[in-house]
Order: sequence, then C-alpha cells, then structure tokens
Amino acid sequence: MNHVNKGQMAPDNGDWAVEAHGLVKVFGENRAVDGVNLNVRTGTIYGVLGPNGAGKTTTIRMLATLLRPDAGSARVFGYDAVKESQIVRQLIGVTGQYASVDESLSATENLVIFSRLLGLGRAEARRKSEELLEEFGLTEAAKRPLKNFSGGMRRRLDLAASLIAQPPLIFLDEPTTGLDPRTRAQMWDTIRRLVKTGSTVLLTTQYLEEADQLADRIAVIDHGRVVAEGTVDELKASVGTSSLQLRVQNMQDLEIARLTVEQVLNIQSAVSDEAGKITAPMANTDKVTDLLIALREAGIRLTEMSVQKPTLDEVFLTITGHGVKEDSSPESFESNKEEVTI
Amino acid sequence: MKSAVMKPCMNRQLKNYTSFGQSVRHSLTMAYRGLLKIRRTPEQLFDVTLQPIIFTLMFTYIFGGAISGDVQSYLPVIIPGILVQTVITTSIVTGVQLREDMDKGVFDRFKSLPIARIAPLAGALLADTVRYTIATVLTFAIGYIMGYRPDGGLENVAIAALLVIFCSWSISWIFAFFGVIARTASSVQGISMIVLFPLTFLSNAFVPVKTMPDWLQWFVNINPISHLVSAVRELANSGTVGWDLVISLIGAVVIVAIFAPITVRAYMRRT
Repeated sequence: MNHVNKGQMAPDNGDWAVEAHGLVKVFGENRAVDGVNLNVRTGTIYGVLGPNGAGKTTTIRMLATLLRPDAGSARVFGYDAVKESQIVRQLIGVTGQYASVDESLSATENLVIFSRLLGLGRAEARRKSEELLEEFGLTEAAKRPLKNFSGGMRRRLDLAASLIAQPPLIFLDEPTTGLDPRTRAQMWDTIRRLVKTGSTVLLTTQYLEEADQLADRIAVIDHGRVVAEGTVDELKASVGTSSLQLRVQNMQDLEIARLTVEQVLNIQSAVSDEAGKITAPMANTDKVTDLLIALREAGIRLTEMSVQKPTLDEVFLTITGHGVKEDSSPESFESNKEEVTI
Repeated sequence: MKSAVMKPCMNRQLKNYTSFGQSVRHSLTMAYRGLLKIRRTPEQLFDVTLQPIIFTLMFTYIFGGAISGDVQSYLPVIIPGILVQTVITTSIVTGVQLREDMDKGVFDRFKSLPIARIAPLAGALLADTVRYTIATVLTFAIGYIMGYRPDGGLENVAIAALLVIFCSWSISWIFAFFGVIARTASSVQGISMIVLFPLTFLSNAFVPVKTMPDWLQWFVNINPISHLVSAVRELANSGTVGWDLVISLIGAVVIVAIFAPITVRAYMRRT
C-alpha cells in the first residue's frame, strides 16, 4: 500500500510518520515501556502486537502526546511529540482502548462538539457530523444517547470522531478487542479503506490474526521492549507455518501413515505413539487433499484431523522463549485456532 | 470514504500554540458541552434547587427569633448570608463532577485534540454558573415569599446576584484544583467540605459578629466570606457600594490568578 497517494504526501522528514527512539515510561517500580524503538513508514499500517500489560497502550499514549516519556524521543512526521505537541495533535487522530466519546450525549452532539473544537463553523460542523455518521452507518442512531449503543457502534463513533480533522496519522489502540467476529470484520474493512485514502495507521492488538490481516509491518512487544520487528511474512516465517494434526484409528497403521504423510507433503513429521497422533508442518495447503486421498487408498482410517494455526502464544514462545503471561485473555488464542474434525 | 480522505501535512497550517481568541472559543464550546450534559441529566440540579429552599426556610425560622427578635427583621440579615453560603457550597459540586468527568475516556480525546489546555476546565466551570444562577434566583425568591423586601431595589439585587455568581465561579477554581489532584470524586467532596464549612460558618453570614468572642471576631473580620456577605447586604438592603465589594472582587480575581494556572498545570501533568 506504499504507493497510494505517495505523490501528495511529502512530510518534511521524508517518509517516516512515526520515529520513536528509546522510549521509556516508568510507573513506580514498573518499567511499563523500557526503550521502545519504532519506525512507521507513511501510508502503511503498522501493528504493535503483544499481550496485556506489555506496554502497547503506554507506547501509543506517549506517541499521541497523552503521556510524557521519561526518556527517549518520539517524532511524528518529524515533529517532536513533547516540544511540538500542539503541532503533533493537529496531525493525529486517537481512538483509545475504551471509547473516548461522551456517554451522556448523543452521537451527533459528540461529533459536533469535537468538530467545533477543531475549528469548524457551526453549519460546517453539523454537515461534517452527518457525513461521518452516514459513512459509519450510524445515521439512524444519531439522536439516541450513547448509553444504548452497542460496543461496535461505540467503536465506530469513536473512529469517526478521530477522522473529523482528516489526520494523516491515526492511532488505534486495540480497535477490535471485545467485538464479535462480524463487527470485527467490519472494523477491519473500515481500517483498510482508511489507508487507501493515504492515512497512516498505527494499531495495537493482542490478536496475531488481526495483525496478519491488516498490518504491513509488525512489532512484537513484551515487557516494554520490542522483541521482534518485521513484515508479517518475516514474522510468520520465524514462527513457522500452521501444523496438521492427524490421529489414526489403529495404532498398527501409525508407521505407514507417517511415511505417507512425509512422502506426500515432503516434510518431516513428529509422532506421539501413545495417542496415535501425527503432527506435521503444513507448508502447502493444497497437498492436504492429496494426503487424505493417499491415506484412504492405503486403507488407513483417521479418527481426527485438525489444523492448528500459530497462536500469539507460539509467537511468544518462539521469540522470547517464554509463553504469554497468565493474565492475558484466553479468547485471543481461541480465535486463532481453527479446528476441523472429521 | 469520501469525507475521510486525509489532508496531507504540507497543506496544513501548523502552529505550536493556541491564540487567546481560540482559547476563548474552545472554552465556550466546552461550556456548551457542559450545558448539554446538564440538560440531559436534570437530576443533577436537585441540590441547587432544594438546598436554597430548605436552608432558607430552616435557618430563618430557627434563628430569626433568637437573633433579630422576629423572623421579619432577620430576613435582611439571613438572605444575603444564606445566599453566599448556598451558592459557594454549590461550587464544590463543580470540582466533584470535574473529577468524575476526567476519569472518563472522553478526556483522553480532549487531551489529544489541538485545543487550548485550559478549555476543558474553563468550559466546565463556566457551564456551572447556570447552577449558581438557579441557586441565587431561588434564594431571593424564597426570601421574597417569606416577606423580604430589599430596599436596594431590583437593580442592586441583580448586581448583588452577579457578584455572588462571579465570586462562586472564582472559588470553584479552588475546588477544580482539588478535583484535578484528588484520586477519587468522594475525596474531593471531603476536602472541599472541610475547607468550606469553617469558612462559611465562621463569618457574619448568620450571626452578628459582636456576639462572638474577641479571638473569633478577629478571624471572622478577615474572612473573605464575611466581606462578600457584607457587600451583598449593602447592595441589596441599601443600594450602597462600599469597600467590601472591592475587597470581594479583588479576592475573586486573586483566587483565579493563582488557581487557574496551577489547576491547568496539574491537569496537564496528570496521566
């Protein structure tokens, strides 16, 4: 997506929307952010991936001028986030983890007030609000107080509010946490459309799948440090592909089944004898059909077949050598796991 | 996404400061937000509606006979006193509500917008003058119903009302400061009551100063609340403008000059 709108985008510092060097934030004893470096190219989606408490939100808050870093520097389009904070605020939109809109007011009132604060005239503010509500499918609910809004509607309104000033850089802090799968997919579409118009998006997420779906580059963050950085493919390659798991009905077939797997898929597989389970990396999904046909021709009956995608847990295991801490929400792993049982 | 098309940096006029005019406009927009909130939750106005009615009736009938001989001649003393006490007490709510408001996500957005830092605070305080106005009008109205006929005339009563509203607005900056630095809304309420209770009662609001012991008279006479009460009495009861009015106004300005900057600074420092 790098090429989109590159012609008209010419920030003073070349190509970087965000440059952070050695950002540190300490809360009491806890080094919430411990020397984070991030570079985000203009016009891309950058994902910051990590479990709860890794320092994602704190990092975003420092970049968005909401928190003052204890050490290090942060620049947005070349402007210093501390010294030139008021300029930076003119270039960013922030959508927080918890909806940053006014609960007691209606959707229209919220957007009109934010528009007025951003310097739009009375009529202009009203027009802009209507436009945004229309775009985010909130027109019907425009007059209702937000108390009756669903989580998805609130997030959409929140995002709409961030777009009033048409900022070239948008921060999204866990934009889909707590949303149901359908609303999550809608949110992803919205974010993709946003980047097509030339905006740069920096988002945080706990879901590997979300980063995979949206981001051009990903930084994996843990205990306040960036532990891995690269394109989605690079990251995936370091973690490994999905794995195929087969369970045979008769233990006698196990050895033949394993040979068939290795022959057809052309890879090494692991076997656990007691359970009769074969695990193999699934590099080429197409070949699975061939494998199943080959197994049937050999007369091997399976009791179970499943595909396991790499989870955030595995990403962490591979990169840091330890798993995700206990307190992170369990649903993040389940959403990445697709099981097909025959 | 036609309207969400972003505007590149180079087409923007970027400034690292907010002008005075902008600050005023931002504050007025924030005040508009405050008014909308009051309209949406009218139950917030219970205290400013009921307190003046209950306090005026209670204090007048309890103390009237004992202090001035009868209720009728106590009215010119107590109405200005109770007015100042009620309206200033109302300004505590400003600090409490500010604290509650700041805990909500919407303040994160205000902080991330390129607006004057003082606007969210000044706006909230400005909107609350509506509350003071309601309390002021109700106190005078109850007084009138009970037979209070201020000799200063309607004009001077109106000036007195404006004076009380202005001074309460200034004092609300103190409570806004507590609101910004305190950790919970209830602690704001606690601290503010401890400050305000002695100030309003150790004054000339309810009882003639001459009846108090000397050491207390000393404090009561320098208490700014006493000056404000005297200024209101002079205006409403005889239409005269004296030193008390000047002292009250100077006091109000000094409070704003001290507390507005430190409140904004504390607000900006908060995470």
